Amino acid sequence: MYTKLFKLFSLQKMIHSLFLINCSGDIFLEKHWKSVVSQSVCDYFFEAQEKAADVENVPPVISTPHHYLISIYRDKLFFVSVIQTEVPPLFVIEFLHRVADTFQDYFGECSEAAIKDNVVIVYELLEEMLDNGFPLATESNILKELIKPPTILRSVVNSITGSSNVGDTLPTGQLSNIPWRRAGVKYTNNEAYFDVVEEIDAIIDKSGSTVFAEIQGVIDACIKLSGMPDLSLSFMNPRLLDDVSFHPCIRFKRWESERVLSFIPPDGNFRLISYRVSSQNLVAIPVYVKHCISFKENSSCGRFDITIGPKQNMGKTIEGITVTVHMPKVVLNMNLTPTQGSYTFDPVTKVLTWDVGKITPQKLPSLKGLVNLQSGAPKPEENPSLNIQFKIQQLAISGLKVNRLDMYGEKYKPFKGVKYVTKAGKFQVRT
Amino acid sequence: MSAAPAYGEDKGGSAGPGEPEYGHDPASGGIFSSDYKRHDDLKEMLDTNKDSLKLEAMKTIVAMIARGKNASDLFPAVVKNVACKNIEVKKLVYVYLVRYAEEQQDLALLSISTFQRGLKDPNQLIRASALRVLSSIRVPIIVPIMMLAIKEAASDMSPYVRKTAAHAIPKLYSLDSDQKDQLIEVIEKLLADKTTLVAGSVVMAFEEVCPERIDLIHKNYRKLCNLLIDVEEWGQVVIISMLTRYARTQFLSPTQNESLLEENPEKAFYGSEEDEAKGPGSEEAATAALPARKPYVMDPDHRLLLRNTKPLLQSRSAAVVMAVAQLYFHLAPKAEVGVIAKALVRLLRSHSEVQYVVLQNVATMSIKRRGMFEPYLKSFYIRSTDPTQIKILKLEVLTNLANETNTPTVLREFQTYIRSMDKDFVAATIQAIGRCATNIGRVRDTCLNGLVQLLSNRDELVVAESVVVIKKLLQMQPAQHGEIIKHLAKLTDNIQVPMARASILWLIGEYCEHVPKIAPDVLRKMAKSFTAEEDIVKLQIINLAAKLYLTNSKQTKLLTQYVLSLAKYDQNYDIRDRARFTRQLIVPSEQGGALSRHAKKLFLAPKPAPVLESSFKDRDHFQLGSLSHLLNAKATGYQELPDWPEEAPDPSVRNVEVPEWTKCSNREKRKEKEKPFYSDSEGESGPTESADSDPESESASDSKSSSESGSGESSSESDSEDQEEEKGRSSESEQSEEEGEKRKMKKKKKVPEGQGEGSSSEEDSDSSSGSSESERTSETEEEQVEPASWRKKTPPSGKSAPVAKEISLLDLEDFTPPSVQPVSPPTIVSTSLATDLEGLTLTDSPLVPSLLSPVVGVGRQELLHRVAGEGLAVDYTFSRQPFSGDPHMVSVHIHFSNSSDTPIKGLHVGTPKLPAGISIQEFPEIESLAPGESVTAVMGINFCDSTQAANFQLCTQTRQFYVSIQPPVGELMAPVFMSENEFKKEQDLRGGR
Repeated sequence: MYTKLFKLFSLQKMIHSLFLINCSGDIFLEKHWKSVVSQSVCDYFFEAQEKAADVENVPPVISTPHHYLISIYRDKLFFVSVIQTEVPPLFVIEFLHRVADTFQDYFGECSEAAIKDNVVIVYELLEEMLDNGFPLATESNILKELIKPPTILRSVVNSITGSSNVGDTLPTGQLSNIPWRRAGVKYTNNEAYFDVVEEIDAIIDKSGSTVFAEIQGVIDACIKLSGMPDLSLSFMNPRLLDDVSFHPCIRFKRWESERVLSFIPPDGNFRLISYRVSSQNLVAIPVYVKHCISFKENSSCGRFDITIGPKQNMGKTIEGITVTVHMPKVVLNMNLTPTQGSYTFDPVTKVLTWDVGKITPQKLPSLKGLVNLQSGAPKPEENPSLNIQFKIQQLAISGLKVNRLDMYGEKYKPFKGVKYVTKAGKFQVRT
Repeated sequence: MSAAPAYGEDKGGSAGPGEPEYGHDPASGGIFSSDYKRHDDLKEMLDTNKDSLKLEAMKTIVAMIARGKNASDLFPAVVKNVACKNIEVKKLVYVYLVRYAEEQQDLALLSISTFQRGLKDPNQLIRASALRVLSSIRVPIIVPIMMLAIKEAASDMSPYVRKTAAHAIPKLYSLDSDQKDQLIEVIEKLLADKTTLVAGSVVMAFEEVCPERIDLIHKNYRKLCNLLIDVEEWGQVVIISMLTRYARTQFLSPTQNESLLEENPEKAFYGSEEDEAKGPGSEEAATAALPARKPYVMDPDHRLLLRNTKPLLQSRSAAVVMAVAQLYFHLAPKAEVGVIAKALVRLLRSHSEVQYVVLQNVATMSIKRRGMFEPYLKSFYIRSTDPTQIKILKLEVLTNLANETNTPTVLREFQTYIRSMDKDFVAATIQAIGRCATNIGRVRDTCLNGLVQLLSNRDELVVAESVVVIKKLLQMQPAQHGEIIKHLAKLTDNIQVPMARASILWLIGEYCEHVPKIAPDVLRKMAKSFTAEEDIVKLQIINLAAKLYLTNSKQTKLLTQYVLSLAKYDQNYDIRDRARFTRQLIVPSEQGGALSRHAKKLFLAPKPAPVLESSFKDRDHFQLGSLSHLLNAKATGYQELPDWPEEAPDPSVRNVEVPEWTKCSNREKRKEKEKPFYSDSEGESGPTESADSDPESESASDSKSSSESGSGESSSESDSEDQEEEKGRSSESEQSEEEGEKRKMKKKKKVPEGQGEGSSSEEDSDSSSGSSESERTSETEEEQVEPASWRKKTPPSGKSAPVAKEISLLDLEDFTPPSVQPVSPPTIVSTSLATDLEGLTLTDSPLVPSLLSPVVGVGRQELLHRVAGEGLAVDYTFSRQPFSGDPHMVSVHIHFSNSSDTPIKGLHVGTPKLPAGISIQEFPEIESLAPGESVTAVMGINFCDSTQAANFQLCTQTRQFYVSIQPPVGELMAPVFMSENEFKKEQDLRGGR
């Protein structure tokens, strides 16, 4: 009988098992949705991990003689899933990220400690999210009805009264045609907030000219509205949006025909849309960097000098500036003096981080000093590139503006708010 | 159960690599370290009456399972609690049970009765969860019980339970594959289900149990296409990939004509971009321009699939986007594939694992369809912070995208990459430069110069890689590059990487005539270091010696002999063999010589230059987005993407004869009775379905029985359908053009804000008396607007299938149909609306959150198409009022309009043929209907609370038409006034709560 069973199990599809592995290679949680797969299958993963040297370079898909391992790396944890047959890899990857998102949502962080502390909830969640390896309930609104997230108060009460964190009301969302929203939502203050967050992805070359730049944006919403509100959000200039991806709640047809976002929102925080601004529009680059990094031949030191200044910032203050530089391996140490902010250099990872803060145009922040190199080693070929982070409040750099938000279906007057932020995305200056 | 073997198992089970770290975990450390005595505590706790203790015990046990610890000896104690009242305890017991039932089958059986009871529970969620756990228990003895439960659940009134039934199918199948036939029956039944909740899960079951039974999909194809947008994300992925396979077996290749272009590879290589630059919509033009072998007309169902999947490119789920992208890549005409590029590029912003998979697929696509990604070239530029595996994939894409015009930019970009700190990446960049140089002749010299400069790089790996690439490039045009070869020869003193040394030696040997002075000197040096070289270098030294001996024997005879004797005593037998062979060949001896006369020809024959190819070439024979494609090897369970059929199988198999659907096939029905693609294996259902029209007109849900019994009854009706179709064909082409205009028109239409925001289910379940009022008005408004405006609008991109109407359950306003149109059948949209409304009902569930938005009008349904009716077009609407004559009847408004040029006389209802219980009240005879005139009559029908169709004849003086009215569920109602409390009471009574 058993041999027959094993032969047949090989027919099964989708996710078979999940292992959670921490950075030091301990398997600290395993969950099987079908028969049990031995932990030893992870040895193939460890092998690949060793070969890759860097955690980022572990191939997401590994083929072993009897299984396929598909893994993601999130918050210093590996989520390794075991697959037995053909399945779209993105399907699994997407699902694993959804699991990680759910942990994040429930425990505030997706860390080994959080998962270990809440192992029962984790298990209950995983049980609900997959049935026989096929995703069942992945919407956070539904899951939260099924299994209540832990709070300090509740855990204290539970331990005294022995009541549970499993919802005793039955989830309604899963049964409705609006699976992302739970029924019977009630708030005393009805609020709807939207954050328009735009990120500038750019590559600036040595001479300061822009090699590549584009604006990627998202609208994150925090909706706390009672009942079944039906919202529609319109823009002053919807034509700016070139490529948009939607939360499933958005009615695609309305967008196609009228360029209006019309939706019944999920309860709580969620990402409404993400978009890309059409590439025809020139992207304003809000900062410039003057840099002079040089390593002398046959000497054990080099010069390092960078200055940051504002440019095309639409009259807003640029704040939260951080510069991160991955220095070449031969760099031993750096002796620098910042005119503003503070810097750190990690001699092990060779990462220089300069926390600048705000730019004041009167006195541009700069970081100058000497670089100590390993003596005798040849001078580094390449100058490191500078990764820059910054933030501009109250500005959507693309010029996108929300026109109005209307609510139908409920009688109360909600409080509405829109916030704009521009940030640096993958903003890199080559030197 | 005795305890001893359990402990034994425990030890066996816990010997995993994750074992040693108990100590660091304060929470569970205690449990594990105080060994087995603790288990007794747990047993005690489980035996108490206190839920809190039980819960604590179960939590500890689940934590053990999570750690991979064996807890099987607790089975008897745990299983007792399966009927516990506390929900959380119960759930945790389920977790335990599913994990260990397989090991302790006898004890597991004790729990079965609890689940059997659960299956009968009035609460749908309890029914569903009982089925879920029952089917997850892998105990072969309960197979019959599972089968029964699945069958029952498949006809449950709650869609959620039916979904669970669909999930249970693969579980049972993996437990006992002998149940396949029975399971297929259940799948067939569930496939006919019209709720979005079930669709994804049942297709998943179909894919696992019987992917070869494509014939089961025919009837459900259009429904699946239409429901797709509202299915949850995971289901979408599965359905799309199944439909891709389906389409490959059922439709003709849209690139038939374009393949002419590809026969000329050179032209296709550079010409493809121009094709694609035209963008969507130019498909017709493109195909017309080509010398068409046979005019290709896309099957409307094929078009339907493409159109309905397109919006999903905007999904937030990467998996869905990828699924649509692969569908377009495999199924769409060349001109339309371009739309997927933008969405794929968007995914590059996502997590690095997603990037990795997407880039692999983009790399494959960019070889076949370069033009598609060219506008996004810069999105593939590499950042120093990308992981190496991503960098290398991006590089691959950039190389594939390089062409005459953009190479300078690409090469400039490559120059920056060469200075990267990541050496693997630098090596890959050099390879990439080599590939650019071979593909694009114009930049070859520039590349070569650049590479030569790299030869003086300090990093040996860079130099070695450059040498290897230069060797390949030089082979293409050796004559001009004596200088470079000299330069390379000098490098032999310094460079140590074997592959590079071997390449240099091979080059010198091959082109020794270009460097007559240097070559012998190199050989001399090599002879000196021969014994210390790597094997590949030794082989090349032998080669070099042989070639020099043949061209310049005076200077090198002795050297050659020296090298050959060294090689003779080498440790490696390859080298010894090679030496022996070479010696015989080049040194003429007395007896042999037949071969050695041709030695020069053998060694110095002109060799074809190597082709530098992408490793992603031809990977597209794997379905994109699949695991097999990623691994470039067939994964277990991978299903080959079938080739397009030469001749399209009968398209009529997809026709569903629910009267609301208008006929849509605008193609010649193939009279040669071709067997459906997969029919030979499963013969019993195939041939009947491919017969001229489907006997299964009555209902799709119990198709099995009706195909046998229902055929007699419906034959008359299908005749009329046939006529209709025959006539319809002539005007189909016009129709499809206007389809576009209609669509545009719909877009322009503004529906008052707030109206129609609701979800369709409301319409059926709780449309109130007031709604019929508003609906009437909205409809009349439209009638006034439409005819005036419809001609002005210009058609957008092609839409050809009339049935096809994308359906979003949230976009009701889009359905409001253009009511009257002179040429095309007026009811297409509305009919599909009706079907959808019917289809999307989430049935009885009062749990559906209620919306307050007003209900939008339900449009007219077609009763008789004007072509089939020889000028007489008949529509009907449900007025949602009781019929005045008989309160049990609903009144149906019948609208007649005469579009012929002769008056139609004597319209009346002829002998009705009605199912039991259904009765109709005829409308008074209409004496005459002048050309262009319209008249509305009211008739009453008592559907007897069923959704069976009322079939009757519509007679004129000259003709009789067989028509049938089938009510959507939502129309069988009468307005009732009740207070809120009464309403709630009713709701509780009737709901499945």
